[in-house]
Amino acid sequence: MTEIWLAILVPIAAALGLAVSPARHARSWALAGTLASLAILTDIAWQFPAWKTGTYFPSTDAVPWIAGAGIGLSVGFDTVGLLMALLTALLMPLCILSSYSSITERVREYYGWFLVLGSSIILAFAARDAILFYIGYEFTLVPMTIIIAVYGGTERRIAAIKMFLYTFLGSMFMLAALLYVGWEHRLATGAWNFDIDALIATSVRLPSSTQYWLFAALMIGFAVKVPLFPLHTWLPLAHDQAPTAGSVILAASMLKLGTYGNYRFALPMAPAGGVELMSVVAILSIIAILYASLICWVQTDAKKLIAYSSVAHLGLCMLGLFSLNPVGVEGAVFYMVNHGVSTGALFLCIGMFYERYHTKDTEVLGGLARRMPVWACFMVFFTLASIGLPGLNGFIGEFLCLGGTFIAEHDGQSGYPGVLGPWYAVVAGLGLILAAMYLLILLGKIVWGPLREPHDEHAAHAAHAEHAGHGHHATASALGADLNLREIVTLAPLAIACLWIGFQPKPMLDAIAPCAERMLAHYPANVERHLHANETAVAATTAESSGDTAVAATTATPSNAKGEAR
Amino acid sequence: MSPVLPILSLAPKLQLLLPEMVLFVGAVVVAVRGLSKHRGARESLPLLTILTLAGSIAAVFVSWTPSAASDAGLLLPNLGRFVKPMIAGIAMVLVLLSIGTVDRQTEAVVARGRRAFDPQRVIRGEFYAFFLFSVMGAMLLCNANDLIWLFLAIELVSLPTYIMVAVGGHGNRPQEAAVKYFFLGAMSTAVFLYGFALIYGATGTLELAAIRDALAAQAASGGLSTLSILGLVMVILGLCFKITAVPMHFYAPDVYEGAPTHVAAFLAFIPKVAGFLALILILTCVGWSGHSFLEPDGVRIAYNGLPTPIAAILWMVAVITMTLGNLGGLLQHSVKRTFAYSSIAHSGYMVIGLIAGPAAGIDALLFYLLAYGVMTTASFAALAALERKGEELNHFSDIAGMRVKHPVMAWMLAVSQSSLVGMPPFIGFVAKVYLFIAAFEAGHVGLVIAAVLNSAISALYYLRIAIMPLVAPPSARSDEVTLVPSIWPRVAAIACGTGTIILTLVSGQLLSAVRSSTAPAQPTTTAMDGRASP
Repeated sequence: MTEIWLAILVPIAAALGLAVSPARHARSWALAGTLASLAILTDIAWQFPAWKTGTYFPSTDAVPWIAGAGIGLSVGFDTVGLLMALLTALLMPLCILSSYSSITERVREYYGWFLVLGSSIILAFAARDAILFYIGYEFTLVPMTIIIAVYGGTERRIAAIKMFLYTFLGSMFMLAALLYVGWEHRLATGAWNFDIDALIATSVRLPSSTQYWLFAALMIGFAVKVPLFPLHTWLPLAHDQAPTAGSVILAASMLKLGTYGNYRFALPMAPAGGVELMSVVAILSIIAILYASLICWVQTDAKKLIAYSSVAHLGLCMLGLFSLNPVGVEGAVFYMVNHGVSTGALFLCIGMFYERYHTKDTEVLGGLARRMPVWACFMVFFTLASIGLPGLNGFIGEFLCLGGTFIAEHDGQSGYPGVLGPWYAVVAGLGLILAAMYLLILLGKIVWGPLREPHDEHAAHAAHAEHAGHGHHATASALGADLNLREIVTLAPLAIACLWIGFQPKPMLDAIAPCAERMLAHYPANVERHLHANETAVAATTAESSGDTAVAATTATPSNAKGEAR
Repeated sequence: MSPVLPILSLAPKLQLLLPEMVLFVGAVVVAVRGLSKHRGARESLPLLTILTLAGSIAAVFVSWTPSAASDAGLLLPNLGRFVKPMIAGIAMVLVLLSIGTVDRQTEAVVARGRRAFDPQRVIRGEFYAFFLFSVMGAMLLCNANDLIWLFLAIELVSLPTYIMVAVGGHGNRPQEAAVKYFFLGAMSTAVFLYGFALIYGATGTLELAAIRDALAAQAASGGLSTLSILGLVMVILGLCFKITAVPMHFYAPDVYEGAPTHVAAFLAFIPKVAGFLALILILTCVGWSGHSFLEPDGVRIAYNGLPTPIAAILWMVAVITMTLGNLGGLLQHSVKRTFAYSSIAHSGYMVIGLIAGPAAGIDALLFYLLAYGVMTTASFAALAALERKGEELNHFSDIAGMRVKHPVMAWMLAVSQSSLVGMPPFIGFVAKVYLFIAAFEAGHVGLVIAAVLNSAISALYYLRIAIMPLVAPPSARSDEVTLVPSIWPRVAAIACGTGTIILTLVSGQLLSAVRSSTAPAQPTTTAMDGRASP
């Protein structure tokens, strides 16, 4: 547990050191802090004993903080949390590296907030206490708002405020829901406790109608973050306006807090609500996939295109999560990691040519492979990973998500609830075709074809003047120069990760599988209850209390129930 | 509890009043010393005030003994143990805010030798004496055991503030604000004094403990009498003025804007604490257990609520206050008016604690008061540390791009706003969580939802004030902003700003301190048992 806190606090310590040292050392402080955090997390992962069990480690009990309210400072990872924290820790130093030339003003603040942002995200992934999770989850907004509002594009303030307000409104509902479960826990046990497992143990016993509202409230919070259609409108603007590194972390880690929240809170806490609303969420996810893909198709701003593609990809991830069977959930978690790697890398690539040309307009640029062959290689590679080319990382996650959706039909055999099925998978599968289409069109426009550059002095000057005010100086990279060593070092680890995961997915899938099983532990019992409730809806009012006890009994031994169902 | 000699029953009471005595002596000394011919003596007044306040904190811990507390015949005998140090501690920071503002012109003229020192023209001594008297009034409320005491203590809080508003700054605006504040304050006083009279009429006694018993008897025999309810409603409405809650909130934006910033900070905290303390005492007389019942299956103990009319009124006060405060905050272009609406909104949140009742609700309310005091003082202090051509900052364009010239104050403003909106890990978040927990515990899910929605609305204007100094380009007005000559407002801003984080770290200990302060009387005192712990 000490080591986890170290991984969280070292970047904050680096931020403090950075604050009192001269600005020219800021980058070194930031790099050292993030690399140290990555090293500590790697060490944790190296020694992690719970890869195969799906349980938390360390499993010690809560460290009291606000003892009177049952809020503890307990941290611990299960496989999913650890993977997401590793992803964040891996991306942080790369983001710092990628900012070397693009951030020239208010440098210390920038790197300081970046370090704090990383710590905050890792805290959210590591928290075993719901309030501690909320603290990490919510505090990410502060550094991200500042990073966008100070270092972003021309509409940066609107973008930052919109992001803050959307997410804040959503998470207030989530907070209320978590506190409500805490209260139910107190009613049940007589003591306040916000340990996540304890809350789940309490909330699965609540009546279906309560779980329904609980699920809805949690879902509002997480759906804004994911973002799920129709709550996604803050995202393209935020991505468009954010500096490159901000976009990377936003897409790769902060959006994952939404899906992770579903995995960790909404789905296990309110199984009855999850079953009730799974088709709604699935349909919204499919709308997100298709709608965002169609927008991508006509998008001429490369960065916005990647942002909308994020909406589509995370729609697929949500679909996998809400297929509520091990295949889909495994795929969704796997996809969370992979989307982080490939989309993060794509944002880095876009940022690199933006730094050179000061435009992201695909109508103005073209044929950059002639100018920047190395960059073009990386761009094509990551695009293919994002499309889901077999052999690269994206493929497995997408396949499993769709596969999980395909078999998520209640046939009485799988033992898992399901109202989705082949049709959902087929329609969502259209998204993959669209993804290939719009991403290849993007490649065709900016990488291949005849060379088109904003040669016009006038336009270049205009673009330059437009951005001179907030830190984008074209000093570092001359027009059309290929990637330098720093930029290659930034992209290479992600490329290696894509290949490695693509060819060796099994260790990670094996590690995720027990977590998926564990998350779904309460579902088989609940689906019986759900169907049972439908069948006996007419006669059931008097027998309800006894029925609840019976369900509580089956819930208490989910493994047995699942075994029988199988 | 029937002592042989009356003086013996007075002894524990006097013992508990030691902090107030310290304040009184300090106030007299400060008032006299303010007339001194020596400039150094006059300059030392704030220091003397702070020392007096520190002395009163020490006096709380020296004078408080369990036996004295339980023998003083109070409704909540331990209340002062947490509340008095809290009031004095925040008042010490409020003194820092005022350093260098009162008598600034007069002293400058005297220092330049244009005019000889004239004791009739300086008011600094009086200002700090009134400051201490007002703080003393708030502290005295903790010891109130009858309605007369309660009334006098509240008036002791308010009367000095009318004068402080008028004399704390210069120009006509503070005086206009003071007149407005005085007349409306007098009206509210009349309202709750009338309420007190009706309660006396309904119960035949002025002693709080006896009123509690009389009201309990009424409740037991078929509900409170109309006269009691009318009296209680009048009292609540009158006290709404002190806590800036709807329907008596309307003075706040005008008065806060007109008053000098350091006095506005004082108004935002001390009278509010006093109002809430008075409400806690009055509602303790009513009791939160008037309507206790068990559900048929006996599993859940439903909440023990206030009598329906009182609960309904407080519900409306809470919801309308927070909503109006936050919606009003959205529409402002003046920073101080925004702070005023923010103060109104926070009162709305805090009323939730009153409705929820003991033990969690009152604890949450007291905790929230502390958190609110720290964060709202931080925001006023960041404002008070700066001036524009000798005038206070007020318009949004004054703070735009503040970080360019005054980065630390800009950050403190951002930190305080983040805390006010309830962003973790600042103290405002912990306070809000604890308040929501208390509301859940009392079964008021609706109030939590209202507060949640309101927090989201309030994010809009807090974010504006937080972001504008950090992000917006400096305006023509904000280019002229300079630091005030005195360093102390800056110190106050930094202390409170960092306090919002430090208090979070020790919130577990704070919570247990709050809890022990609202714990019911020791079982040895027969008069207190039964009611407070159902």
